[in-house]
Amino acid sequence: MPNRELTDGSTAIVRGALAGGCDFFAGYPITPASLILDLMLREMPKVGGVGIQGEDEIASIGMCIGAAMAGARAMTATSGPGISLYSENLGLAIMGEVPLVIVDVQRLGPATGGATTVGQGDIQFVRWGTAGGYPIIALAPSSIPECYSLTRRAFQLARRFRCPVFVVADKELSLTSNTVDVGEEPEPEREVGPQVNGEPDGGPFRAYRYDPADGVPPLAPYGDGQLLRFTGSTHDERAFITKDSQTVDRLNRHLSAKIEEHRDEIDLVTADLEPDAATLFLSFGVTAGAMREAVTTARASGRKVSALTVHSLWPVPETPIRKALEGVQGVIVAELNQGQYRREIERLAAGCQVLGLNRNDGELISPAQFVEML
Amino acid sequence: MSTGMTTITPLVTFRNETPYPFCPGCGHGPILDHLNAALVKLQLDPRQVVIVSDIGCSGLSDQYFATSAFHGLHGRSITYATGIKLARPGLTVIVVMGDGGTGIGGAHLLNAARRNIGITVLVCNNMNFGMTGGQHSTTTPAGAFTATTPSGNLERPLDVCATVAVNGAGFVYRGTSFDPDLADRMTDGIRHPGFALLDIWEPCTAYFAPRNRLTKKALFETLEAMRFPTGILQQTEVPEYAEAYRAAHADELDGPTLRPRPIQPRFRSALERRFSMVLAGSAGGRVGSAARLLARAGVLSGLYAALRNDYPVTVRTGHSTSELVLSPVPIDYAGVTRPEVLVVLSTDGAKQSRKFLKQMRAEDQVVTLPEFADLETPAPVSVLDFAATGGRLRASQYALAVASAAAARLSLFPAEALLEAVRQGEPEHLDSDMRAVEAGRGAAHRISS
Ligand SMILES: Cc1ncc(C[n+]2csc(CCOP(=O)(O)OP(=O)(O)O)c2C)c(N)n1
Ligand code: SF4
Ligand SMILES: [Mg+2]
Repeated sequence: MPNRELTDGSTAIVRGALAGGCDFFAGYPITPASLILDLMLREMPKVGGVGIQGEDEIASIGMCIGAAMAGARAMTATSGPGISLYSENLGLAIMGEVPLVIVDVQRLGPATGGATTVGQGDIQFVRWGTAGGYPIIALAPSSIPECYSLTRRAFQLARRFRCPVFVVADKELSLTSNTVDVGEEPEPEREVGPQVNGEPDGGPFRAYRYDPADGVPPLAPYGDGQLLRFTGSTHDERAFITKDSQTVDRLNRHLSAKIEEHRDEIDLVTADLEPDAATLFLSFGVTAGAMREAVTTARASGRKVSALTVHSLWPVPETPIRKALEGVQGVIVAELNQGQYRREIERLAAGCQVLGLNRNDGELISPAQFVEML
Repeated sequence: MSTGMTTITPLVTFRNETPYPFCPGCGHGPILDHLNAALVKLQLDPRQVVIVSDIGCSGLSDQYFATSAFHGLHGRSITYATGIKLARPGLTVIVVMGDGGTGIGGAHLLNAARRNIGITVLVCNNMNFGMTGGQHSTTTPAGAFTATTPSGNLERPLDVCATVAVNGAGFVYRGTSFDPDLADRMTDGIRHPGFALLDIWEPCTAYFAPRNRLTKKALFETLEAMRFPTGILQQTEVPEYAEAYRAAHADELDGPTLRPRPIQPRFRSALERRFSMVLAGSAGGRVGSAARLLARAGVLSGLYAALRNDYPVTVRTGHSTSELVLSPVPIDYAGVTRPEVLVVLSTDGAKQSRKFLKQMRAEDQVVTLPEFADLETPAPVSVLDFAATGGRLRASQYALAVASAAAARLSLFPAEALLEAVRQGEPEHLDSDMRAVEAGRGAAHRISS
């Protein structure tokens, strides 16, 4: 029998961050994300990094952005109320092309909502969380092992695309202890080294590149031998402020294209498709766990059903979702909100009935509720 | 490069060729000239100097220097500067912000001073928001006319210097853009290892000066009238934060401690399907610890266990509930709506149990203490009286005693598994937990089957 471990999602997220090379963390306490803060402040010095509790969420994400541009692999973690305070800096991180991992441990909103109550109400919020409307990458773990692997993945994507990447967890996933099998293979080595993406190509240094539009400029951090400029205003490739419409257009196309045109590198789903099933369950996060149990129960009683767990919420993994929708008559989108992700599925599900399985009362959707929908 | 023969050409300027964009007579230009002079004097490597600008006319400043630069959001310049300095303490980080930034970013200013982050903050204090049209700021003198104080400012101006000084800033200076020695004071500030702030009063010739007939002379009179002292106001050696952080943690560099702590299953459970138990008690009753020991015993017996705790945010009071799920297969859903065993340990616990009591059926079990013998539920209620059995348990042992009685009665896992879990648990509770488990086992036969 393999060794097992009794652990929780917060610990797994912290381990994933450490494996991803995280060496800077700043955050402000908030339930249910405080455990991540506590653990990160304890772990950072042990890997030669820095962990600090900011005076508020604005300071915390601001410190992360500064540190990231100085070469750190930075992460912050909060819950809905803190994401609200991150909003303006989220835009700065997009505009300035800052590699940064942001963990949102969702709780029931709006406002203070239910501090210790589960919810998945931030799905559209993390997508449209700042002015201007630019693509964002968001990953949603649905189990403790995924808390680890997707946080680690978030660091790779942040670095690959030089952008903020969300890890969207929730109270139940982060704070419930569960048993995981400990793999035979040793944990992968911590990804270390500076936050440099690619090699400068030898030409005169430019902080940004808009050509090709989907390219990602190398990051040469402060203190690394270049005069590095950074700005949140519309800028040219040398990071000087400009209003020249041609340059601004190239900049904005680039910010979109570097993510939109590389969806295949980001898309991540688990498809459990059964031939001839008329119904597809689709879910993410903690709710996908109940969905998987429901599938086992339904199949044990001879009913056919397919299931899709979406791990990369944003950009919407349209190709694998379309594929999963092929041949089914109906899709049931289950989430702990009033139907936020269902909107995305509705635009993809031509000729197929889209139903929502929703709860917004602080309780989990149970496997039985899924089965009742069949 | 050969030794001894290198000629170092001193940098004669840290400016680039772009002319300033400021209005004629604006104080920002002279302040930046002084900053350039200070940098020339210090002869720092421009790549190792980061000018972090805020927002506003003063926020444009970084663009006129051939150094590294960061231009972020309004009021947040100090947070970026803090991040840069913490990540790379060797860099020279200089913040250029307006008086506007001291308002919207006041918390950051205060906290950077308090922590003594080794950055130099230049406040270009022109007593109003230049860029947005001359609205009043935190430093607008009382009575002054601005776009938003048309009949004179009723607010008291913020004494930025006194505020940061009283909160621990290492170096504090107040002066004006007309000071002949401003470059030298900037040099002092940049050389100072800790947090340094220079509050530099100056005219905004587009808005504040014409609206208030502000001349150079009037500027000095204004400072005097407000009793805002000038010159070096504070100069003390306080440990710089980024250095202090590294020093404090110097002996911790031994890699992450969060490695998996595996549990090796070495017992066998006969449990063939999912089982759930809820322990409902009060803070201080070691409810969560008891549930955790049962979870560990399950894992030691080859089961999967999930554990969900609930308690009010004021943790030392009120209810403490633990929902435990055991299963022979991995648990993807840890929710419990109808527990097979409900353990009620206190009045708080009884209250929290209401939602479960209604759902439970005749084949389930409620196990409780004598005080709660009359719980209303379709499930049979078994009462364990540890006082009567002479077990002499403390209240903090009841949770584990009752839970282990139920576990034994239902043969969830071998008795030895729970003892092993206790042995692997917190050493300071070893004896007490062992006694609780023994007492529970002794009382197991009292639970109806
Ligand atoms: C969050 C936010 N709110 C408001 C503004 C608009 N704004 C731009 S500059 C400025 C004030 C600038 O005043 P100050 O800091 O004194 O700089 P000055 O222009 O006087 O040099 C404001 C409020 C902004 N950029 N961001
Ligand atoms: S508006 Fe005021 S602060 Fe801005 S450049 Fe003109 S004089 Fe200077
Ligand atoms: Mg001003």
